[in-house]
Parts: sequence; structure tokens; C-alpha cells
Amino acid sequence: MTDTSLRTAASHRSLLDRLRAWHSAETPNPAKRVQFDAPLTPWLFLLPQLAVVVVFFYWPSVQAVTSSFYLEDPFGFGATFVGTDNYADALQSSQYASTALFTAFFCLVVTALSLGLGLLLAVKADKVIRGASSYKTLLISVYAIAPPVAGLIGMMIFDLHIGPLTDLAAFFGYDLQVGINYWDTAIALITISVWKQIPYNFIFFLSGLQSVPVSVREAALIDARSGWRRFRDVTLPLLAPTAFFLLVINITYAMFDTFPIIDVVVKDKPANNPITLVYKVYLDGFKGNDIGGSSAQSVILMVVVAALTVLQFRFLERRVHYG
Amino acid sequence: MANLTLKNVGKTYAGGAQAAVSGVNIDIADGEFIVLVGPSGCGKSTLLRMVAGLETISEGEIHIGDRLVNQLDPAERDIAMVFQNYALYPHMTVRDNMAYGLKNRGESKAVIAERVAEAARMLELGPYLDRKPRALSGGQRQRVAMGRAIVRQPAAFLFDEPLSNLDAKLRVSMRMEIRKLQKRLGTTSLYVTHDQLEAMTLADRLVVLNGGRIEQIGAPLDIYRRPASTFVASFIGAPAMSLLDAVVTDGAVMLDGHPLGPVGRAAGPVTLGLRAEDLRLAPAGVPMVVEHVEELGAQRIVHGSIGGQSLAVIDTGDQRVSGAVHVAIDPARLHLFDTATGRRLENAHQRQPEAVL
Repeated sequence: MTDTSLRTAASHRSLLDRLRAWHSAETPNPAKRVQFDAPLTPWLFLLPQLAVVVVFFYWPSVQAVTSSFYLEDPFGFGATFVGTDNYADALQSSQYASTALFTAFFCLVVTALSLGLGLLLAVKADKVIRGASSYKTLLISVYAIAPPVAGLIGMMIFDLHIGPLTDLAAFFGYDLQVGINYWDTAIALITISVWKQIPYNFIFFLSGLQSVPVSVREAALIDARSGWRRFRDVTLPLLAPTAFFLLVINITYAMFDTFPIIDVVVKDKPANNPITLVYKVYLDGFKGNDIGGSSAQSVILMVVVAALTVLQFRFLERRVHYG
Repeated sequence: MANLTLKNVGKTYAGGAQAAVSGVNIDIADGEFIVLVGPSGCGKSTLLRMVAGLETISEGEIHIGDRLVNQLDPAERDIAMVFQNYALYPHMTVRDNMAYGLKNRGESKAVIAERVAEAARMLELGPYLDRKPRALSGGQRQRVAMGRAIVRQPAAFLFDEPLSNLDAKLRVSMRMEIRKLQKRLGTTSLYVTHDQLEAMTLADRLVVLNGGRIEQIGAPLDIYRRPASTFVASFIGAPAMSLLDAVVTDGAVMLDGHPLGPVGRAAGPVTLGLRAEDLRLAPAGVPMVVEHVEELGAQRIVHGSIGGQSLAVIDTGDQRVSGAVHVAIDPARLHLFDTATGRRLENAHQRQPEAVL
């Protein structure tokens, strides 16, 4: 079977290669080999990038792992080795469990909604012929807004006194209390996060749709009467590589990149507001001065994300068809 | 299986100054193989896509069988289309590619399996049924595209330059296969090509299009022998018919001051059409200056000029040809066209050669 051998060959390529090949839709050229006279020269060129990676990524990671085994004095006078106590504390705390539960829920809802709405808008925009570019620009422009600004705008819209959405909810007889009521705050967080992420998904889905060959769509037009069937059987499978890529990106976004939005929404608010695990790491570490506990939490998070990524690639990617 | 009728069909694109297709009338009998041929931009693909339902019909009526299909979706028109770039579904196996249309029409699994098996047998696709299109060669993909059309058992096949992406050798063999298959199935077919050789060899009747209008409809040989205009004359046949300015004086057509033969026309300028294969090099005749010679093995094409007007002559002799020669032609093989309109002028002295077969 030629197909099997092709598949094995393909699975040896890294994801990055495949994404690149899929985006450029060209056969990858073998890289040009450049010979340097001095053996140190290539390392010199690599140094700036390596320095950035080491200083901002590896070093903090190692620091986090080390300090997760210590109990640190709040004023930084000393640290005591406590073994896995920090981990045990985090995992046994009911507050940690409820935050983890909310994070999972939040991730699921934000990913599903922003992927779904992004796809819906892309499919609709793909059909627009007149004024298509201004329509697309309007949809994409939200992407240019920085997350804290998005959070701020969201906060104004949901504001208890001047927020138009609070007024709207009141019009329907609902007392929306963002920052006070747990689930009202959750609604606000989800709405702002989804709103911020839709344009990103929209851009990718739209370009994915436009790379579906016109004649394949026309063939489907002859083969199937129902537009929904054509979408489900032909367009969607051909969008699968895009969708998979976006799924990975969106879960990462919901887990980590929503931090500024959460910060703006729940900061200085009283009461019990929903937060994600990443925000809890920040709260415990920098507000609670529990460096050890917060480090342990971030290590747990690292492990979870790694496991999630492996899972995604092992089980989901198999179902994805790369042209 | 059905006949196909196009009544005064026209297409104008929004914002387009000129009609892409206009006033097209074709009556296609059940089982007939019609080839639409013309240069790029002549509207042949637009016309085909209007029949398929992929383009809206601006004016006129299209009937498939006894149904008016103007307002019907492509899937409801009971047609099957073969695209230039195959348009296979890349994520489906060969089997699923062929079965997809039938599934959507609610055919039973047994019927689908039987039709797919039958098509696979006909097209020798059996070993490839579980492969994806990307694991197939160009010729095999073309067969799958054909198979997808066959299993539907449609009222009409529509072909949109299906052989253009294949190499020359494969094109010739696929051409014969398409013809055989169509004869066997007896399905009405509409085939678009810009390749006049493909058009000549496949068609029961040819439709030559120019600028969105029909120039001529007829059997390939009729069109070859009696082109209705200078456009058709220069498009059908290779090498192209040479078109030269000539005059009729005293009942004879004169080229560069030399008489070529009697014609039953009034005196005045005409456009003279000469097929390369009708001309021969002769000891006496009209003097021609040889410019260059294309050696084809079985024959050679001698390009030259008479009084500054270029023409081509097919020569089967084996002497070297160069410098000044003389060409002669049977007067019955002269084609005359109106200089102003380009339409064919009937020559009273011309007799119709009998068909060889």
C-alpha cells in the first residue's frame, strides 16, 4: 500500500514543517548549506536568539521548578526545602480544584465559541461579493486591539453604572452584576475573550476557505443539493488542518493569553470572582507572596499543557487530512 | 439519456459591456456527441457552465429532456460534469468520490456498490478504489473523474476541457477512450475544447464559437470542407488554411496576376482560402518564394509567399525545396470568402468531394 508508506513518511516531519508546507503549499526546498570558516561564527549568529530563549524561557522555568520545592520567606530573607508539600497543598486545596474546574469550563466555552463564530463569519464573508473587503476589514480590525484594552472596553460595556449591556440586561429584567456575582463575571470574561479571539480565527478560516479549489466546490454543487451537506462533507474536511491548528492556538489563548482581560475585569473587585489557573499563579505568587506555592502551581500547569498538547497531536491530528 | 435544447441562450455579466454569449441555438439529439470549440474567451466554457447550472442564464431557455432547467440547481439537472483539473474530493477515496453524488440522491447501498463496481471495471480502476486521489497519476485521476460522471447515469455528460492537463500521448489514448465509452453508454454529451484536433476526432457535430456567437454548426468533415467563414477556415484544420487577397476577373480567380481557375462569381475582390494539403508543388503554376520548410517525416510543410502574402503547402515529394517554386491547385478546391464580411461565397464550379468512408 503506497498510502501507508506515504503516511509514515509524513508523520516523521515535525508539525512546524507541515504547517509551513501547508501554508506555502509548495514542496519544501532543501535548505542551502552555508559553510563558515571559523567554527564559532554560526554560534555568534545564534547567540541573540539563544540568549532570549534562555533568559526568558529556560531560566525562569528552572527557577519555577526549583522554588516549587521551597517555602520562601515573604520578605525574601530565606527559603526552606519542603519537598513536595507545595504540590500537596495546591492539589488538596478546594479553592485550587474549583479554579481548575472553572479554567476547564472557561477554556472549553471560549474555544468552542470563538472557533464556531469565527467559522460562521468566515463562511458568510466568503459568500459576500459586493463590499467584501470592507466587511472583512471590519471583522479583522478587532484583532488589532491589545488584550488589556479589550478588557477595558469590555469592562465599560459591562459596567454596573454606565455599561450598555448592564442596561440591556436590566431591560429584560435581569440584574447583571459583573464583578460581584460569580457567574455574571464569568459571562463577561467569556464574552470579552471570545470577542477578542474571533477575528484571529476568522482570518485563518477565511483563507482556509479560499484555498478550497473552486472546481471542487462546483463538483460538490453538482453532487449534492443541500448546502449543509456540501459544507459538512466537502468544505469542512478540507478545512480540518486549519481547524486543528486553530484548536491548539485557541486552547493556549484561553488558558494563558486571557490573563490581561481577567486582570482588568476582576482586579479591585470584591467578593469571589472566577479566575483561571494562570491568574491564580499570579495572585498567589505576587499578591499572596507565596512564591513556592505559586511555582508549584505553574509547574502543574506546565505538565497539564504538555500532556494536552501530546494528546491533541496523537489523537486529533490523525483525523486531520493534510492536502 | 435525453436530448438537449438551447434556445436563444445568452449571458451578460454584471458590469460587462458586451455579452459573453449571445443568441445560441443548438438542438442536440439523444446520444449525440457535440463539441464546442473556439479560441479562449469565445464563451464555450460559459455556455457549458450555463447548461451545468454553475452560471446563471441571462436570456433564452435550456431544456434537458423535456424539462426547462433555467431555474434548477446543478444537482437537480440530472447532468454530470468532468472538470479540467478533475476536481476530485481530496479527502475521499476513489470509491467515495464516485459514490458521493449517488449517496446524496438517496440511492440504496446495493445500487451504489453495483454502479461503482461497474464503473471501476469499465475504467480499470479496480485496484485503486481505496486510494486517495493524491496517490494517483494524472491519467488515473481523469478516469476517476469520468467514473464519477458515469455512475450517476445522467441525462447528459458535460466535459470542460477534460484532457488539457494530460501529456500529449495520454491525451490521444484518453480521447479514444472517451469516445468509445460515450458510444457504448449512448449518453448525450457536450464537450468543450480549444483543441481543434480533439474537436474533429470526437464530435458527431461541431459547434464553432467566436466572440460568444455560433459561427458554424455541422459534422466535422462538412465544416472542414465548407467552412462558413474565414474564422472557421483558419481555426479548423492544421496547418491553418491560408487566406489571401485575390480578385475575380472575367469569371476566373486571379492571385498575384495568375489565374487559378474558373469561378462562377461576379468580378471584384475576394478572400481566397487555400488548404495546404490541396496545394501541390508543380512544374508550372503560380510562382512562390520558399521561406522555410518544416520537415514532419511523412510530409513536409513548405511555408512561402506569393506576392508578399504568406501561405503553406504540404509536399510529400523527396526533392529538396528551396528558392522559387510553382504551386498548383484543383480549381474545385478553392474556397472563396467575402472580403468585407468574411462569409463563405459559394463557388458554382466547386463540386463536393465524396466522403471516403
